[in-house]
Amino acid sequence: MAEAHPVGFQWVMEAKARGATVIHVDPRFTRTSAVADLHVPFRAGADIAFLGGLINYVLTEGKDFREYVTAFTNAAELVGEDFADADVEGVFSGYNAETGRYDPISWQMDGAYEAPAAGQRDHWEPELREEHAAFTSDTAGGVGDQAYAPSDPERDDTLQHPRCVYQVLKRHYARYTPEAVSRVCGMGVEQFLAVARAITENSGRERTTAWVYSVGWTHHTVGAQYIRAASILQTLLGNMGRPGGGILALRGHASIQGSTDIPTLYDLLPGYIPMPNAHLHEDLQSFLDADAAKTGFWGHMDAYLVSLLKAWWGDAATPENDFAFDYLPRLTGNHGTYGIVRDQIDRKTFGYFLVGENPAVGHANGKMQRLGMANLDWLVVRDMQMIESASFWKDGPEIETGELRTEDIGTEVFFLPCANHTEKSGTFTNTQRLLQWRREAVHPPGDARSELHFYFHLGKKIREKLAGSTDDRDRPLLDLTWDYPTFGVHEEPDPQSVLAEINGFDADGNHLASYTQMKADGTTSGGCWIYTGVFKDGVNQADRRTPGAEQTWVAPEWGWAWPANRRTLYNRASADADGKPWSERKAYVWWDEESGSWTGHDIPDFEATKAPSYRPPEGATVEDALSGTDAFIMQANGKAWLYAPTGLADGPMPTHYEPVESPVANLLHDQQDNPAREDIDRAWNRLNPAMSETYPYVFLTYRLTEHHTAGGMSRFLGYLSELQPEFFCEVSPALARERNLEHLGYATLISARTAIEARVLVTERMKPLRIGDQRIHQIGLPYHWGSNGLSVGDPANDLLGVVMDPNVHIQESKVATCDIQPGRRPRGPALLEFVESYRRKAGVEPGGIT
Amino acid sequence: MTLFDAFSGAASSLSGPLPDPSADAGWSAEHPKRVGFFTDTSVCIGCKACEVACKEWNLVPDDGTDASDLYRLTGMSYDNTGDLGASTWRHVAFIEDVRPHGTATTGHMPSGLPALGGSLPRDAASAPPDGGTVDLLALLPDTGAHGQQTPDDERDVRWLMSSDVCKHCTHAGCLDVCPTGALFRTEFGTVVVQDDICNGCGYCVPSCPYGVIDVRESDGGAHKCTLCYDRLGEGLEPACAKACPTNSIQFGDLDELQAAADARLAELHGRGVEEARLYGRDPDDGVGGDGAFFLLLDEPEVYGLPPDPIVTTRDLPEMWRNAALTALGLGAAAVAAFFTGGRR
Amino acid sequence: MTDANPAEMPERFRGRGRGGNREELQVPEAEFRSYYGRPIIKAPVWKNPDVPLYLFLGGLAGSSSVLAAMARATGRPTLRRAGRLGAAAGAVGGTVFLVHDLHRPRRFLHMLRVFKPTSPLSVGTWILSPFATFAAATAATEVTGWFRRTGDVTGVAAAVVGPALATYTAVLFSNTAVPTWHEAHRHLPILFGSSAAAAGGGFGLVFSSVRDNEPAARLAIAGAATELAIDEKMQRDLGMLADVYCKGRAKTLMRASKTCLVAGALGALVGRRRRWSAALSGLALMAGSALTRFGVFDAGIASANDPAHIVVPQRERIRQRQASTETATTPPDRTFA
Repeated sequence: MAEAHPVGFQWVMEAKARGATVIHVDPRFTRTSAVADLHVPFRAGADIAFLGGLINYVLTEGKDFREYVTAFTNAAELVGEDFADADVEGVFSGYNAETGRYDPISWQMDGAYEAPAAGQRDHWEPELREEHAAFTSDTAGGVGDQAYAPSDPERDDTLQHPRCVYQVLKRHYARYTPEAVSRVCGMGVEQFLAVARAITENSGRERTTAWVYSVGWTHHTVGAQYIRAASILQTLLGNMGRPGGGILALRGHASIQGSTDIPTLYDLLPGYIPMPNAHLHEDLQSFLDADAAKTGFWGHMDAYLVSLLKAWWGDAATPENDFAFDYLPRLTGNHGTYGIVRDQIDRKTFGYFLVGENPAVGHANGKMQRLGMANLDWLVVRDMQMIESASFWKDGPEIETGELRTEDIGTEVFFLPCANHTEKSGTFTNTQRLLQWRREAVHPPGDARSELHFYFHLGKKIREKLAGSTDDRDRPLLDLTWDYPTFGVHEEPDPQSVLAEINGFDADGNHLASYTQMKADGTTSGGCWIYTGVFKDGVNQADRRTPGAEQTWVAPEWGWAWPANRRTLYNRASADADGKPWSERKAYVWWDEESGSWTGHDIPDFEATKAPSYRPPEGATVEDALSGTDAFIMQANGKAWLYAPTGLADGPMPTHYEPVESPVANLLHDQQDNPAREDIDRAWNRLNPAMSETYPYVFLTYRLTEHHTAGGMSRFLGYLSELQPEFFCEVSPALARERNLEHLGYATLISARTAIEARVLVTERMKPLRIGDQRIHQIGLPYHWGSNGLSVGDPANDLLGVVMDPNVHIQESKVATCDIQPGRRPRGPALLEFVESYRRKAGVEPGGIT
Repeated sequence: MTLFDAFSGAASSLSGPLPDPSADAGWSAEHPKRVGFFTDTSVCIGCKACEVACKEWNLVPDDGTDASDLYRLTGMSYDNTGDLGASTWRHVAFIEDVRPHGTATTGHMPSGLPALGGSLPRDAASAPPDGGTVDLLALLPDTGAHGQQTPDDERDVRWLMSSDVCKHCTHAGCLDVCPTGALFRTEFGTVVVQDDICNGCGYCVPSCPYGVIDVRESDGGAHKCTLCYDRLGEGLEPACAKACPTNSIQFGDLDELQAAADARLAELHGRGVEEARLYGRDPDDGVGGDGAFFLLLDEPEVYGLPPDPIVTTRDLPEMWRNAALTALGLGAAAVAAFFTGGRR
Repeated sequence: MTDANPAEMPERFRGRGRGGNREELQVPEAEFRSYYGRPIIKAPVWKNPDVPLYLFLGGLAGSSSVLAAMARATGRPTLRRAGRLGAAAGAVGGTVFLVHDLHRPRRFLHMLRVFKPTSPLSVGTWILSPFATFAAATAATEVTGWFRRTGDVTGVAAAVVGPALATYTAVLFSNTAVPTWHEAHRHLPILFGSSAAAAGGGFGLVFSSVRDNEPAARLAIAGAATELAIDEKMQRDLGMLADVYCKGRAKTLMRASKTCLVAGALGALVGRRRRWSAALSGLALMAGSALTRFGVFDAGIASANDPAHIVVPQRERIRQRQASTETATTPPDRTFA
């Protein structure tokens, strides 16, 4: 965190100054480790073994926060009899070896179908979907699943029933003993126990523990399950919905949270409303009908969606035309970034916008990325610098090797300079869902323009060209509300008007104050329901800057947090079942009997007047179906899920699988790697075999403080380039001796994809690990470099193959294998032969760009 | 600075404690309080924001002399700017400190966690003499450096980071020796080069006991930290302190910083961080105390700082005396050469 | 433990000595710690050969001016002429080198903005400026034959200032943080003064007639002898800091200097009466003087670049201070050891 998020790390240091213990669990000794109370080195890709070990410790030692667990989780509910645990084999019931996918029906609770509040959407195969129609309806849409009214599952509040979630969980993790964790992760038993003791002693009524992670957890074939494992641990320890608790995702760069809320993701509409599927959602009614009966706050999705459609298409969205629901694009499959690139190479996709993105350097398997871009008709690159993704056609690595020839590349590349964050106004949404308005400090130079300017005027131009068209396919564009006020000589759209549109209006044109005002009848509009309230009273709430010293410690008047300016989600859980704070020290939100309402330091994330004693009447829907103790209000059943009967493509409980490219066998289960993972089996995406002697070393990619992601914002600047001037790899002295690597000399790193070269930094911060009987070396590779800019080097991501998590289609880029040899890599066509010789030696099929 | 000021400056003391260097330099009694930096390296995360903020604000060019020199790794951990100089006014040092497992001092482990790795008994034979550290570069070949006696995975590593800066000495060698008056003592007690006066004589360069100031080849002038003199005048804190995310760089009135530093040292010592020490805090030291002082977690020389700096002009009166006597002697010898033995 | 071997220092920093000094840094046997073996203080950025030549010329000029004035008083016309020309040439040449050494030579006159006793360079400027004026004026009268009376007065004035010009440069060097220079602040004035005597005397030997050259020979011999003696003492007193004189280019320069001085002094002693041997001896003495300046300069650069020169003596200083104040309470921030 100190490495990639130094500014946010000030709060960790602040907590440390106030007595917090900081533990850093990371394969490398980083700047974070340097100031942590304890650094625990371990093997990349072994996190679920580690977290599972902690869960096992909590359950076997009885360290869970029992009152919290019984009040707010599904621990007491019984899992259906059909469920078979992964056990020794490592595969759950419902796995289809032919398709490589799970049918999760056997994971369901006893006597109830439960639906995910988010998560896996596409994991029902069409045939399964039909088969389980009784249970599920809007499966492709996912979120609609909460629509299904659950009858309460069987429960055992003593937590003794062998099929109750608590016992199922305990059995599942029984194999994750401290000794097993030590063997799998390469950390000492004492080290593991020190962490286990530290976090359990620091959780409970009086204390809370927070976990912070970033892409070291998500960039894996089991990335979603990493987070699930942390969720289970934190829920068992009662660290969710309470001050000082939680699981905090550090996003890759500023406002990635914002681009998830108002998404650049293919399968979501703003506010986590699912994108409709081409075949399942012929019309609005079938999309919403999928929500046959609704419990929890997702029950109001109709109001959120109709308001969104009204915001986009205004008067053109009428009850008669389904509020223009047909104008929405539809999903036809996996359109995730790697799927798109595969389609580019297959000549199924012909145009590409790259906006502040440099896939030629920043994405896994750079060759695949460049090959995709070389097969386009047109490519628009909006960036501040001439990045590699805009120049690959003349100086990319494939040009050097002769795999591509400039004259054969038909892609027309449009490079457009863009404004940076100090050159335009708008919001950043940080990982705490906090929207902070920033103002333009300087005008963008030359022809550089903001993204808002670009898209607004692009839209205007397209609409001008389409004006008068009678083709129905042009209606969505022509009917858009595209009327933002502009200012200045460049006709810059007013970003506040966009924020106001996102906030939404009522029928009279007043700014909405809360998403609870949204209606499904078309009388309200709002571009993102969770952001409603950010323009309450016509005031840009995100622009509030009351200093911390002039307000309470929760600081509600700094910026604005979605939803409804709540700073901690699910904060009902900060009070016990009766609504009393768990402790004075950790009091946050509580039930005030006198006033008959919830109150506290934060805005309660609960209906203000729903008493803790409230129990839903039979047949209640939406929020009325949640009881006064159902703190997790976005869940259909209001509970935190220790066991996830649905929503995940690769099992109801996180299970340790080795990375696809791992030097060791899975010591916990027979199944080596995630059986449900997604592959791209092409010559340009060969994988290193597991336990390969040809590719014996683990490498991991990461960022340095001095550079920013793929380098577009740092490698071109002298002040930053001089701080980390060259691409390097970090190796331990032992590995340096083993491979004759010289400090500051060159090394060549080889995978089944390609070979790259890097300067060598020999450092004691890299430690060899003992895994079972093996000694495992890990190599660190910062991934910032490419061929352009002041500081240049080979892209580390070229070394990676693409193999993905089945839930979110994210690549496994934080761990893979390679070989390392002293000296520089071959140049030109010799490089191809060099890499091919390694593939031959490893028994990998021939690679190439065909 | 007028000639008169210079003369009055000449009367200033050359060493020892000096409560008010600004007044000593001729500023009137209404001058502001002396300000400075307290750099607490125990909370430095090595982000180098100070280096960049300093360069941005002060328009300091990239370091190095040409591109081939600029963008090359030094191999000194994550430090690629090397040292303070004409174009690096803040410099973050990175020290990878390696010790056999279990012998690490408590540097960053104060919070009562159980001592780890108890299974490995501390081997006195393998412990380095005087608890010393190993330079990473020295470790590379089997040089017999002490760390080699324990296997890789049984050595602990500590990573020290420290943002160095001009010390703004109470008795500043650079200022004393400057022949043009380009260097002067500001009303804030800091030491600043006036670039429009400096003629690049370079005398300040070897006169700094800390190796801070240097002449920039591109413009021939001597440059160093100004403690953001221009910002101070506007009531702003220096750019580096402003940018520091963890408050490792603290700016303020020197007396308050000294009190804060004493408290921090006591706190760390109370937590068992015995190796914590203040550097440059003592007004009795060889430079009369620093305007920018530090909390270090190891000996100063490990960070590239002199362990016991003394302002060179402390000995200047004696030097002048010696030179004058020698000059007399030379003159006398030359005269005597005409008389000894008489004329032939 | 020993510090990093500088041979393994990154290339970027290897041989980064200033002023064209390229020799490798050396680490003494003593054990000490440092930051990657890097220098702690900055080596002088003074140019080579500008500054050593300036020191040499200043010394030559300073002693020549006294010889000239005395020769005038004692009626040694060729020595007077040689001394006056030597003083002027040395002053003017020295000024040229001094100005050239500036990184912003056009601002040479900024030196005259202030007079700062704490700055030997300021004091030196105020010595050099009148000296150069007097010496140049004297030489002008000598060459042209005009205003001889005035020339005699300015010649005396120059002679009064001259010895200071010859010795202040020792303060210039020793009033730095360069350990080998600073710690020699009791020796350097004598070394530079005697070196000046050797140079000025040598110049007189070269350019005056055999009839007039005896005082020059005496001064040169005395200078050379003193220089050789004080150099020995300096190196002994410097202890470990003297190692920079025992290796690299400084060693070569100092050895050559000694050879020249011994040869020149012997030559002056026995060969003063022959024009050619007197001239050769004078040249050798001047060379010896110049080589000393180059040697001291190089030794200083090497000293500044050697972290051991900073750390080891300062550590020893702390140790001694603590030993002497054993009973006194140690200030909290000085618990170094």
